[in-house]
Amino acid sequence: MNPTSHIPHPTSRVWKFPDNVNTDDILPGKYAPFMVGEDVFQNYAFAHLRPEFARQFRPGDLIVAGRNLGLGSSREYAPEALYKLGVRAIVARSYARIFYRNLVNLGIVPFVSEEVVEKAKDGDEVSYDVSTGVIELGGRIYRLQPPPAFLLAALEEGSLLAYFKKHGDFPGVE
Amino acid sequence: MTLAQAILSHKLGRRVQPGELVVVEVDHAMTIDSIVPTVIDRLEELGAAPRHPERVSLVYDHVAPASNVNVAEAQRRGREWARRSGVNFYEVGRGVCHQVLVEEGVARPGALIVGSDSHSTSYGAVGAFGTGMGATDIALAIASGKTWLRVPESVRVTFRGRPRPGVSAKDAALEMVGRLGSGGATYMAVEIHLQDGAERAFGRSERITLANLAMEAGAKAGIVAPSGEILELYEVPDWLRAGKDAVYVRELEIDLTTLTPRLAAPFYVDNVHSLGEYAGAAVDFVFVGTCTNGRIEDLRAAAEVLRGRRVAPGTRMLVVPASSQVLQQAMAEGVLQTLVEAGATIGTPGCGPCMGRHMGVAAAGERVVSTANRNFKGRMGSPQAEVYLTSPRTAARAAVLGRIPDEEEQE
Repeated sequence: MNPTSHIPHPTSRVWKFPDNVNTDDILPGKYAPFMVGEDVFQNYAFAHLRPEFARQFRPGDLIVAGRNLGLGSSREYAPEALYKLGVRAIVARSYARIFYRNLVNLGIVPFVSEEVVEKAKDGDEVSYDVSTGVIELGGRIYRLQPPPAFLLAALEEGSLLAYFKKHGDFPGVE
Repeated sequence: MTLAQAILSHKLGRRVQPGELVVVEVDHAMTIDSIVPTVIDRLEELGAAPRHPERVSLVYDHVAPASNVNVAEAQRRGREWARRSGVNFYEVGRGVCHQVLVEEGVARPGALIVGSDSHSTSYGAVGAFGTGMGATDIALAIASGKTWLRVPESVRVTFRGRPRPGVSAKDAALEMVGRLGSGGATYMAVEIHLQDGAERAFGRSERITLANLAMEAGAKAGIVAPSGEILELYEVPDWLRAGKDAVYVRELEIDLTTLTPRLAAPFYVDNVHSLGEYAGAAVDFVFVGTCTNGRIEDLRAAAEVLRGRRVAPGTRMLVVPASSQVLQQAMAEGVLQTLVEAGATIGTPGCGPCMGRHMGVAAAGERVVSTANRNFKGRMGSPQAEVYLTSPRTAARAAVLGRIPDEEEQE
């Protein structure tokens, strides 16, 4: 992978998405890396739903989504496209299960919050700290719950893959 | 215990509880042409080879044959890895991964199977715990022989009775997804019980359709309690049963005797309606195939409608058998002859145009009737195309009429 570095900038913004955004929305099947090339597929993130996203998303921006984010296909290249564009955290009301696993495996922190999703509007200014779950939005501070310990152990090494590489096994198994 | 708990408890040698995170040995890990390049990347990053190559399968089905040079190169890389690592390899034309794993006997009652395709829930048709994952999870399963899972809560769905003529397992499955909702079983196992005649009406093929579509309610696994044909085809271990003490998050009953044909309208699979609500809408393209409905039973159902008739002018029809075995059987039975005489065309066994990559993608403004499992915006090509999901019989009727049929209509 060739990730864009995560550097918050002073004008980080919210990208707000509705309920039930599926992985075909996040990366349509016809733009899969093995079809269009490993180096360019991320440029098609949200190609149908929000064609400007891939060009305009900047590291430090935050995706905020409704319920059941990432339902559908198991394609890991959907969240991998987001990772390559600089996404390191998402706040949603809930996640589809394969998408949630893929986020942890890649090193994107899947936060859950009804409150932040309720308050955040598309284009809102936002700042956040991935490691503490502290989000500043609309003049308010939100402290979000970190993921379960098993997954946190993985995320602390960067991703589940990085954890496995270092420890030769899954978290909790030594 | 539920069926999901029974399988995971058996694997771990202790009683597990819903909500627990467990690391468990898998019986088989499956990957496919579109995902294998990433799996190889991850294995190379780990410096790992398959721990049990005989318990790994690579199936070429998603863009098979290759549609462009990128795909051809990726597939060549996968073939070379398969040869080097000694995993089971199924070439272009062998069929859709899930159908192949059932035909090859990998899917069997009580097995834990992980696959880099969301419809890996299909293995639940024979009483296995099948679940879909991403490339990294599958690479870790291939490298270690294990995976991590959260022990799921379960939803119980009971189908009762025999469906009326012309009503199929696809209609039953769509009704189930419509009632559960697209997130209704997220993180959960959908446990399907067939009773009062349903256990005979639905054999292995029909159970694959049910377990396959459980995914569209967000399920981690869709497990059909072994009964009927499954008991004749497989040795079912004693421990593989739902106990009287099983706790379900939700219980749903579906009466098959009163069920009518269903369709899922754009752009979600839980947008389920009766045919009448959309009857008369012109149809450009009819697709019969996929892991959901590309088996011999499905092709026979389509052929029965098409026998002696023609696909309507202005409508095109593609049939893609789910596997090479299905293709051979359809040839032997004359089913292919009937389909081709009616004006349908036949594609290479595999996924076909299900995910809008090749073999018949849809243009803006086109309306598709498909027997597949997803109708998301842009799924089969243009985001301005519409996909309606139906049974093979309804799809064939749409082809003959050139429009979405009404259920009562005599054509």
